[in-house]
Amino acid sequence: MSGTNDFHPSIARGLWALTVRELKKWLKDPVMVLMFVLQPLIWMGLLGKSMDIRGLFSTNNINLPPQIPIPGNAVLYPIGVPQVVLNGTLLSQMFANMGANIMQNTFGVADYFSYMAVGMISMIVMTTTMFSGMSIVWDRRLGFLDKVLSTPVPRGAIIFSKVLNATLRAIFQATIILALAYILGLQLSSTFTLLNLLGFYAAIFLLGVGLSSVFIAFSLRSTRMERPMQIISLIMMPLMFASNTFFPISLMPDWMQAIARVNPLSYVTDAVRQLTILPLDASALMMDFTYLSIFAVALATIGIVLSWRYLTR
Amino acid sequence: MSDNVIVAEGLTKVFNRSLVAVDHVNFSVEDGEIYGFLGPNGAGKTTTINMLITVLKPTEGKASVLGFDIIKQANMVRKVIGVVPQEYTADEDLTGYENIILCADLYGIPRDVSKKRALELLELVELTEFKDKRVETYSGGMRRRLELACGLINRPKVLFLDEPTLGLDVQTRTATWNYIRRLKKEYGMTLFMTTHYLEEADALCDRIAIIDHGKIIVTGAPSELKEGLGGDIITISIKENADVSEIIRDVKNVKEVKNEDGAYRIKAEAGEVSAPLIIEALRKRGYTVTKLSLTEPTLNEVYLEYTGRAIRDTEESKEAFISQRLTLRRARGE
Repeated sequence: MSGTNDFHPSIARGLWALTVRELKKWLKDPVMVLMFVLQPLIWMGLLGKSMDIRGLFSTNNINLPPQIPIPGNAVLYPIGVPQVVLNGTLLSQMFANMGANIMQNTFGVADYFSYMAVGMISMIVMTTTMFSGMSIVWDRRLGFLDKVLSTPVPRGAIIFSKVLNATLRAIFQATIILALAYILGLQLSSTFTLLNLLGFYAAIFLLGVGLSSVFIAFSLRSTRMERPMQIISLIMMPLMFASNTFFPISLMPDWMQAIARVNPLSYVTDAVRQLTILPLDASALMMDFTYLSIFAVALATIGIVLSWRYLTR
Repeated sequence: MSDNVIVAEGLTKVFNRSLVAVDHVNFSVEDGEIYGFLGPNGAGKTTTINMLITVLKPTEGKASVLGFDIIKQANMVRKVIGVVPQEYTADEDLTGYENIILCADLYGIPRDVSKKRALELLELVELTEFKDKRVETYSGGMRRRLELACGLINRPKVLFLDEPTLGLDVQTRTATWNYIRRLKKEYGMTLFMTTHYLEEADALCDRIAIIDHGKIIVTGAPSELKEGLGGDIITISIKENADVSEIIRDVKNVKEVKNEDGAYRIKAEAGEVSAPLIIEALRKRGYTVTKLSLTEPTLNEVYLEYTGRAIRDTEESKEAFISQRLTLRRARGE
């Protein structure tokens, strides 16, 4: 065969080729990508909408002591000592204010839906990146991985392409969730600008890179699909509940707080909340990003080192 | 550097510290020949290929391809070899053309070159018509050809084929053989292949190595190996329930007699002359021959001779494995 053969595959070229392969795969079958969005959408639309915590604080939900009529249109309620004189509208207003106050002081926002909808964004990023390892199990099983390994493409490109693909997928799905949440009534804060979206994507990117690196390494080790699947579903729920995804950390018992405070999900959720529904607190955001960066770098290093070792059997 | 394109010395692979898949094999492949590893499943054929194509690291021993050490110069080896794996590795969701371009990208071939080559190769394997169809619509034979095209994208000097016709029907198999022969003839490539089909080894390979339990048992050209058996095989059955081995053994030109459940497997030179003599000798002693067959040696006999079992024994499980793999692929639905 004639013709020179002295081509050098750069890591960027290989990374691009392998990533485009994956992107083409899911563009040709977008249903699979959207299926992942379905679960957080159900949580958000059904649980988020029905869990109206503020609505619990209503005069309708309380057994009021017998009313003592006094002259005029006022009623006397023996609420503790001293007794307070209120009229009916004032009382329900007071309760509503109390509800709003409690929500504001514990959740940081007035409505629970906005609070948990942001949590669903972290959830989708977590599920997608954790399951990202599955595709490398398939690649190994079907022999694609061995074929790629027999080419001079840099080994790093093989791992990075998987990490990048998982993260891009997560970013895409998070965008859909954010848009759906907005349509369903997510209340953006006054400090929200389109520029905040950059921070939003940065936070998701960091979590995505960290989680997918480790799970890809882990999946590379296992030739069977079942084990990683089981382990992922086993740790997903506790990770979600022991974080601020559904409820503020301050309401948790101490031991759970300890877990939630190291759980990266808490930091990504807080960062996204700061950037969307909360009045932006720059120092809290800095804290979130510092933690997420350390998390991403540490896990990506571990993941990539392990993958490297597993790839050169 | 000698004429040897592939040299393996004491190449060994042990899995999990106990399973010896390849056990100190030595062989060398000459420039421009088709060299075949023939053996049943689990003999260590694929493991050997995977070491040579730098996917697996040998536990012991060394090997070189075109003078490049497979461990120390793995990346140089990868550049000059082409690989056609046993599995259908093409991405089902992509078209045939996209798959070839992906392979080209992995070798860092610039797009202007790879586009031209991809079309040439699709032409070579007669897939031009289907190039923009998704691979999931391809038949087994088409997939195999696509793998072949992918393996040639970097214009390799050495091509590794792992079970190139596994699971294909007879017609497609013959067609694939023709492609392989053309490659050798037109491009002067060196080919290393594995197979557990005796006909395939016989039809394609210049030299073969019979491998079993990770060890090379014998090497040589298929014709040499057949001649090495030293004669034809005559199989005889008699009506009477008696051992007539001694009588047969005394017949001229008979070299070996084995009594296999009442049927005698006789190795004899010039079988067509010996057979009537054997019948004559038995009739004189009052025995009646009920069945007789005469076969010239095939690789099957060679295989049986050296491994003590028929290669066919192992084939069925492989077919089952392939069909299982296909089912799995369908189930994937991705």
